[in-house]
Amino acid sequence: MKKLIATLLTALSLGMGLVSGAQAAGGGIEWDKFPKEKMTDMAALQNGAKLFVNYCLNCHAAAFNRYNRLRDLGLTEAQIKSNLLFAGEKVGETMKVSLDPKQAKDWFGATPPDLTVIARSRADGAKGSGADYLYTYLRTYYRDETKATGWNNLAFPSVAMPHVLWELQGQRGAKFEEVADPHDHSKTMHVFKGFEQLTPGTLDARAYDSAVGDLVAYLQWMGEPAQAQRFRLGVLVLLFLSVFTVFAWRLNASYWKDVK
Amino acid sequence: MAAEFKEAPAGAGAGEKLLTWVDNRFPASKLYKEHLSEYYAPKNFNWWYIFGSLALVVLVIQIVTGIFLVMHYKPDATLAFASVEYIMRDVPWGWLIRYMHSTGASAFFVVVYLHMFRGLIYGSYRKPRELVWIFGCGIFLCLMAEAFMGYLLPWGQMSYWGAQVIVNLFAAVPFVGPDLALLIRGDFVVGDATLNRFFSFHVIAVPLVLLGLVVAHIIALHEVGSNNPDGVEIKGPKAPKDAKGHPLDGVPFHPYYTVHDIYALSLFLIVFTSIVFFAPELGGYFLEYNNFIPADPLKTPAHIAPVWYFTPFYSMLRATTDTMVNVLVGIIGLGALLAVIKGSFGGKAKLAVLVIAAAACFLLKIFDAKFWGVVVMGGAVVILFFLPWLDHSPVKSIRYRPDWHKYVYTVFVVFFLVLGYLGIQPPTDIGTLIAQVGTLFYFGFFLLMPWWSKLGTPKAVPDRVTFHAH
Repeated sequence: MKKLIATLLTALSLGMGLVSGAQAAGGGIEWDKFPKEKMTDMAALQNGAKLFVNYCLNCHAAAFNRYNRLRDLGLTEAQIKSNLLFAGEKVGETMKVSLDPKQAKDWFGATPPDLTVIARSRADGAKGSGADYLYTYLRTYYRDETKATGWNNLAFPSVAMPHVLWELQGQRGAKFEEVADPHDHSKTMHVFKGFEQLTPGTLDARAYDSAVGDLVAYLQWMGEPAQAQRFRLGVLVLLFLSVFTVFAWRLNASYWKDVK
Repeated sequence: MAAEFKEAPAGAGAGEKLLTWVDNRFPASKLYKEHLSEYYAPKNFNWWYIFGSLALVVLVIQIVTGIFLVMHYKPDATLAFASVEYIMRDVPWGWLIRYMHSTGASAFFVVVYLHMFRGLIYGSYRKPRELVWIFGCGIFLCLMAEAFMGYLLPWGQMSYWGAQVIVNLFAAVPFVGPDLALLIRGDFVVGDATLNRFFSFHVIAVPLVLLGLVVAHIIALHEVGSNNPDGVEIKGPKAPKDAKGHPLDGVPFHPYYTVHDIYALSLFLIVFTSIVFFAPELGGYFLEYNNFIPADPLKTPAHIAPVWYFTPFYSMLRATTDTMVNVLVGIIGLGALLAVIKGSFGGKAKLAVLVIAAAACFLLKIFDAKFWGVVVMGGAVVILFFLPWLDHSPVKSIRYRPDWHKYVYTVFVVFFLVLGYLGIQPPTDIGTLIAQVGTLFYFGFFLLMPWWSKLGTPKAVPDRVTFHAH
């Protein structure tokens, strides 16, 4: 039986390799790694919440998340009220926007999606987590006058949203080069060759990356506010089950030792 | 006719008196004895035998968590997605209940597939256990319906488009297809009506049938007794028994297999809770990333794939292209020719074979390949029901089959897993080709079983089960 299973696994891995190898070749840029340590950094999460409310929440709602849930990030209800509520919302309400979706569609060509679970929805098994995507996306905007908004993005080509954080990052252009396609010599590829800073922003490059990291940490947290509790409880449950398994194992053995 | 009233012995405690009172009105002690304390199960079960009771545990998890989910879920196209997020955020412990339910769905298929494979290799479907197997296949079918309809309820993009694609398949049925699809959806596209009826089926209709089948499955099993890895009958007329008539190769289910199953359950729960608490999405396989985007009827996702447990069958559907239909026509033609040349039956029967084969080829070519894809997908499940009559091997268990049978089973499993993998991936030329070979092997495995299972020399089956004391 063990031999059978071993044969099975070998054959299987061979089969999978054959198929996945045949179709490995995707488009789009690689995603940068989101700095995960920000998920346990309350100051970063709070800063992310502030950036979110100031820059995102004008057009994007987070209609499943309540303002007072931000108490989980170490804020008091009074702090939430005085720093994050601007238009007379109640602290127990969810993060809605007054933007009319129809108008938004006319202005941007697309309705700004709700951001409550955006970090969960953008994951890709092959490319990385949703946070990785968002972290890359918000750092790869560049000026492109061929687009209606004047902006384009490497992670999301022809994105409808202009660069909302441009004041922080400053304006950047992107350099492209035409390179011969190694697979097909009759074609050339449009290859990205780096950014150039056109106008300075209020943050330098490192500070901007850090600010985006905070914002993405907040989005990741908002996607599943119970995540930290889930991990904590999970450890306890597994500890209990490991002990329980030992008892179950010995109980089983003590009954079965009589069976001849 | 009422049985004689029993009296509790003098000086009996209150508990015993109560039990006597109940036993005079309801067979409580009798049921307990028949199904637990005096249900003798073979003592040589190996670890393949834990998946039946695990399936029962997962069923209970699904029902209990489902009851609590329904308390907060709203089966309404405008509210469904938000109500799931409400459960995840605002309902106390809602996230835990929801993750248990979503992980439980996948866990159910994991244990059921392993349970079915156990039955397959040890011949647990063979006489006298045909009905145990058939009820089991019914459970599997219900489970698929339950999972498919439950998957629509979160009303995410994958929920919506998965349902749209699968329901549209029914439209390929000749003549009645479009009406059939309309009947299932209750609308011209998947919408609020679809969501409501799927909810109704998911929480009431299918679970009722499922529970009935589970009871029938267990009653039938306890009537004929469990098979075991040796395929040796422990309760047959020739099997050795003790003075009380209990089989020497059996042990009472309780306590021996209850403590056994508690041990197995605790190991299973370690895996299950690890997923619930540390990887509830399981890399996008248990909860698909796309399903965190609310359903949008105007935006078709680039790649629509069913959840992993359907993908072997989905692969077979996709493999049924026009080329595949031509291959099937060729196979049927060759089969008919072979029957006419080699068959040891009369001229009339041979003519009938030819006529049936010609009719089959005609139908294959006249209807759309898409329809035959649906037939292949459905047939892949339906064929399981016939397994007890397809297997003509003189021995039950794989242990005593000729060695090369083990390789046939291995290739079968490999193809099933590869089909599952391919069903998740976007279609490619080579992938489709492999899926077509896999589909042919899957059906060949079952349809040719009456012949190949008889081939080769089986090993000697022992009189008693092989058992090594722990």
